Amino acid sequence: MIEVNKENFENEVLGASGVVMVDWWGPKCERCLELMPYVEDLALKYQDQIKFCSVDTSGNRRLAISQKVLGLPAILFYKNGQKIDEISGQEIAPEDIEAKLKQYFK
Amino acid sequence: MKAGVNMETIYDLLVLGGGPAGLAAGMYGARARMKTAIIEKGRPGGQAATTWDLENYPGFGRGTTGPGLTQAMADHAQSFGAEFIKDSIVSLDLKSFPKKVIGKKGEYLGKALVYALGAEPRMLKVPGEGKLRGKGVSYCATCDADLFEELEVAVVGSGDAAIEEAEYLSKFADQVSIIVIHEEGKVDANQVSFERAQQNPKIKWIWNSIVKNVNGDELVESITLKNIQTGEESDYLVNGVFIFIGTAPLTEFLPPEVQLNQQGYILTDEKMATSLEGLFAAGDVRAKYLRQVVTAASDGAIAAVAAEKYVHETELWEKEVINSKKPVLVAYYNPTDMSGTEKIGLVDRFVRANNERFSLVKVDATRNELVGRRYNITLDQLPKLHVFFNGEIKHEAAEINENNLTAINNLF
Repeated sequence: MIEVNKENFENEVLGASGVVMVDWWGPKCERCLELMPYVEDLALKYQDQIKFCSVDTSGNRRLAISQKVLGLPAILFYKNGQKIDEISGQEIAPEDIEAKLKQYFK
Repeated sequence: MKAGVNMETIYDLLVLGGGPAGLAAGMYGARARMKTAIIEKGRPGGQAATTWDLENYPGFGRGTTGPGLTQAMADHAQSFGAEFIKDSIVSLDLKSFPKKVIGKKGEYLGKALVYALGAEPRMLKVPGEGKLRGKGVSYCATCDADLFEELEVAVVGSGDAAIEEAEYLSKFADQVSIIVIHEEGKVDANQVSFERAQQNPKIKWIWNSIVKNVNGDELVESITLKNIQTGEESDYLVNGVFIFIGTAPLTEFLPPEVQLNQQGYILTDEKMATSLEGLFAAGDVRAKYLRQVVTAASDGAIAAVAAEKYVHETELWEKEVINSKKPVLVAYYNPTDMSGTEKIGLVDRFVRANNERFSLVKVDATRNELVGRRYNITLDQLPKLHVFFNGEIKHEAAEINENNLTAINNLF
């Protein structure tokens, strides 16, 4: 899982080849903190299939808004510099993320 | 936390929901040495964990946070031995004893249930609200506030949550406009919070107004307001809209036997007992006057104590009456009624004289709630006698006298 911020977002996410999953979270988002261990597990499990990144929105607010993230938690999928999919909201379950991930396996 | 608990385990107390009501019930239950588990799908804390500043829990003033206080409650419950089961409830089977909770990961059995699933934010139900949820539409200031730094937001509602969350949002957003349906100067919130918000230079008030639409393509761009006095509609530019127009109780798992009020909240007596035996309700899901962390915790404590009494009475009743091999004379009495208790002496002598054939259970009907509820024993008909056999009432004597006892002797 790569921690991404406003400096390296361009490189790590938009410039990457293949599918990138970005977990947008914030330190006051209880639901995000709750999901985090599951997301980390998924990142380990599927690291050969997909690139995993996370963004702490608290220091990267403008970046979040530029990516149309205005509610947490938000899991966005990118391919060749384009946002291709997203799940967001308080009700996200780890199973939802895994199911979505599997759609993008090579 | 554990999942997939052994099916054989029967809990004395199963608490559904890990908000303040459930955590308090779990703590009281476990401390009373009941085998207690709290079933919660996410992190403990409930709605209180989504409130950052929480300054009205007695003894915990300014600086207290919702996540902090509720985490302490969870630790407290756990320290007395309450188990936490992380699972989502799918359905309930409340007719059996023990009662059964069916979750996504497993099934759980409990002799008594405390239903404390709380409430969730009510939606405005206007066009654009659903589509732009997480794109500027929010029901949780704590979760999303810092994303709105230097932006402008609207808060819809005028209750405690609306006014207090507006205050919190003003630490981040440049401007917070509160949309109030009432005429100028009238809010539903408490006066202290209202006065503080009125002093806040970042807060702007829009009176007599409702939201008709949330507009925006990918993110919220504006809301359409309607002035209910003039009927005039106008678009108001905001980057976000936070909705605090009350809550809706989560009662979807309950069978129709459980009585609700007109708004859908669970009706209980002062012991938190619902209309269904062995099912107690606590916290925001219950019909009540004040929905706060302190009253939720209070409900939870009462529910756990009442549930403990229920479990104890039920088990004793099963053992001594329902499962008895002999016919059981159950004598209901009121200990403060002297002439009534004397008549119980008659029954005592009768059973002793026929020791082999009958057993006797004396019930203080002023204290035992189970029998009052199950068999409709009211205090004005005491003393009274039932003869139970094979778990059922076979004979009833409204008067206790020699004749009626002789009749019982001839019947069995």
